[in-house]
Amino acid sequence: MTTPDFHKSPALFEARALAFARNDEPIFGPLDFTLNAGEVVLIEGDNGAGKTTLLRVLSGLLNPTSGEIRLDGEPLTLARLSPRVALLAHQAGLKDDLNALENLHFAAGLHGLRAGIAPEIALTSVGLDGYADVPVRQLSAGQRKRVALARVLLAPVGLWLLDEPYANLDLDGIRLVNRLLEEHASRGGAALITSHGAYAYTSGTPRRIPLHPKTANAMSGSNGARTS
Amino acid sequence: MNTLVLWFHKLGSPPTFHRLAGALMPWFYGIAIALGVIGIYGGLVLAPRDYQQGDAYRIIFVHVPSAWMGMFAYFFMAANAFIALIWRIKLSEVMAMASAPAGATFTFITLVTGSLWGKPMWGTWWEWDARLTSELVLLFLYLGVIGLYHAIEDRRQAARAAGFLALIGTVNIPIVHFSVNWWNTLHQASTVRLLGPSKIDSSMLWPLLVMALATHLWFFGTLLARTRTGLLELDGGKDWVRALVLTDGTRAAPEATAITEQAHG
Amino acid sequence: MKPGSTRAACTALIKRDLILIWRRRGDAINPILFALIVVALFPLALGPEPEQLRHIATGVVFVAVLLAGLLALDTLFRSDYEDGSLEQLVLSPHPLSLLLGCKIAVHWFTTALPLLIAAPLLGELLHMDGPVRWVLTGALFLATPLLSLIGAVCVALTVGMRRSGMLLALLVLPLYVPVLIFGAGACNAAALGLPYLAPLLWLGAALVLALVLAPLACAAALRISLS
Repeated sequence: MTTPDFHKSPALFEARALAFARNDEPIFGPLDFTLNAGEVVLIEGDNGAGKTTLLRVLSGLLNPTSGEIRLDGEPLTLARLSPRVALLAHQAGLKDDLNALENLHFAAGLHGLRAGIAPEIALTSVGLDGYADVPVRQLSAGQRKRVALARVLLAPVGLWLLDEPYANLDLDGIRLVNRLLEEHASRGGAALITSHGAYAYTSGTPRRIPLHPKTANAMSGSNGARTS
Repeated sequence: MNTLVLWFHKLGSPPTFHRLAGALMPWFYGIAIALGVIGIYGGLVLAPRDYQQGDAYRIIFVHVPSAWMGMFAYFFMAANAFIALIWRIKLSEVMAMASAPAGATFTFITLVTGSLWGKPMWGTWWEWDARLTSELVLLFLYLGVIGLYHAIEDRRQAARAAGFLALIGTVNIPIVHFSVNWWNTLHQASTVRLLGPSKIDSSMLWPLLVMALATHLWFFGTLLARTRTGLLELDGGKDWVRALVLTDGTRAAPEATAITEQAHG
Repeated sequence: MKPGSTRAACTALIKRDLILIWRRRGDAINPILFALIVVALFPLALGPEPEQLRHIATGVVFVAVLLAGLLALDTLFRSDYEDGSLEQLVLSPHPLSLLLGCKIAVHWFTTALPLLIAAPLLGELLHMDGPVRWVLTGALFLATPLLSLIGAVCVALTVGMRRSGMLLALLVLPLYVPVLIFGAGACNAAALGLPYLAPLLWLGAALVLALVLAPLACAAALRISLS
């Protein structure tokens, strides 16, 4: 364990020997990393490497099997995290029967509103001008992703956890995500994003956390038992 | 409370429990069988005939201890579920889920013996008697817990969800008991009471108590056995299970290998 | 009302759920239709003698309402779970139990309240006596929120499962037994001319208890099943 450094404030997010297993089957980890304010970190890994599970653990929805997560130097709890985090999960959390604007108004009611932004402005800044009245079920996958990004943009939080924000987006959309991330970082916000590597956060020099499938250990374990 | 937690953690560590339970299990089973034989002999041979019911009453030596066990196992399960949910102790999760099938079986035996007893007593196999109805609801509660446990894929999440249901059930049991009694008095003027504990003669009482002790010990025997298997299943890939397989040699190896394969397949 | 406050969150949630139900208002008739079918089956099975039907009327209507409610329970969290809204609720900075309480309230309002209004008409189909109909309405008014609250806890436990219908019934029915006994018991007592207030008061007491405890239990159950 390192001695605490009193000159520097603790990292916004810190994972120590973080690991998660389901039915004794390791999903990821052990993993160590830190995330500071104003920083974008990219979690890279192939399909099945545990990126989504990692984000769910970091968002407090899942409890890690071992290791710990610290938020501002203190153990993470959902109560401390939830006012400060916006999660873009694989399921975007949009209602098909509501239109884009209604979805955003609901999100603003639930999570609050960042100063100086409104649902209409957020919709414009993700390039969905004129789509406010269209029910979400009629939007394409990429347009839904944009609405979901607008939802993240509205939330008055410093920490973004984005699961595959680039998926389903066209080139223009990828640039949009990068621009949003840059603006967020320049406001002092932090973001953890996952990607299977096809697209990446290109501007700046984001730190990358490689995530490898952790099944080798378990396989050798059962093989050992079988051969003995 | 901290020392309590520490104590739980020490005793609750799977390798320690596995060893301890393995040593205790034969004793529980052995004494349970011995007491069971004594109790059955006392109940079926030594105890006198009932002046009203003849020999039919002798089913209480199975029926009543089973009914007690059905309740006891439920509260034991709920207590373990509570510990598992608050302190997240793996052993308690496994124990809670290990007591469910045993408790359900005892409740089922209670219902079957109660129904068998009902035939000479009431002339029907089933009577909507308050106690039998409560037992039926208890069986449904057990089946719900077991069903939920097996419907969720992640074993630990399943144990927590089913344990939570068991806890809700504990609130429900006294309410069901109360409501069923009320319902019974509303619909039937009088029912034959299956058992009046105060009226029972001591020559009938001692076999009953011996049988109750035997069923309790048997329950703990099966509980230990089931918990051991449950722990091996959960920890199939852990070092202590592997070490166990290697050191136990030929006897334990095929069994544990099957379990690890199951855990990883 | 400040955006970001808990009141704003609850209002937004209630408004959203009401809009969603309004946009699919065709589905709202389903519970009543189901209860009507169940009730209509009994005269067909037992014969049309008014005296016999009057005898079983309260019990049949009560069970029909209970089963219709059970059928409607599935919709409580299903779509929210599938589109990820439920995760967003859990991650919101407001007390989850309160938000779930709002959801349960909207659900009761849109599925059970119509049943409550239809219940005397269902009773009429079975020749239920006039005064008994009022006791039935009163008993259902206390019993249906209880059923919704208890049911919500069980739905929260099965929320991730694809085919949870039978399991949900198994989880819920033992917990419904006391509600059914007291609710139908009050109606039967009224039909026999006996005092019926006591079971109604018991139902009321249970409802107050459930109003406080069930949303908390529901939140805890949901956290378990989302993990």
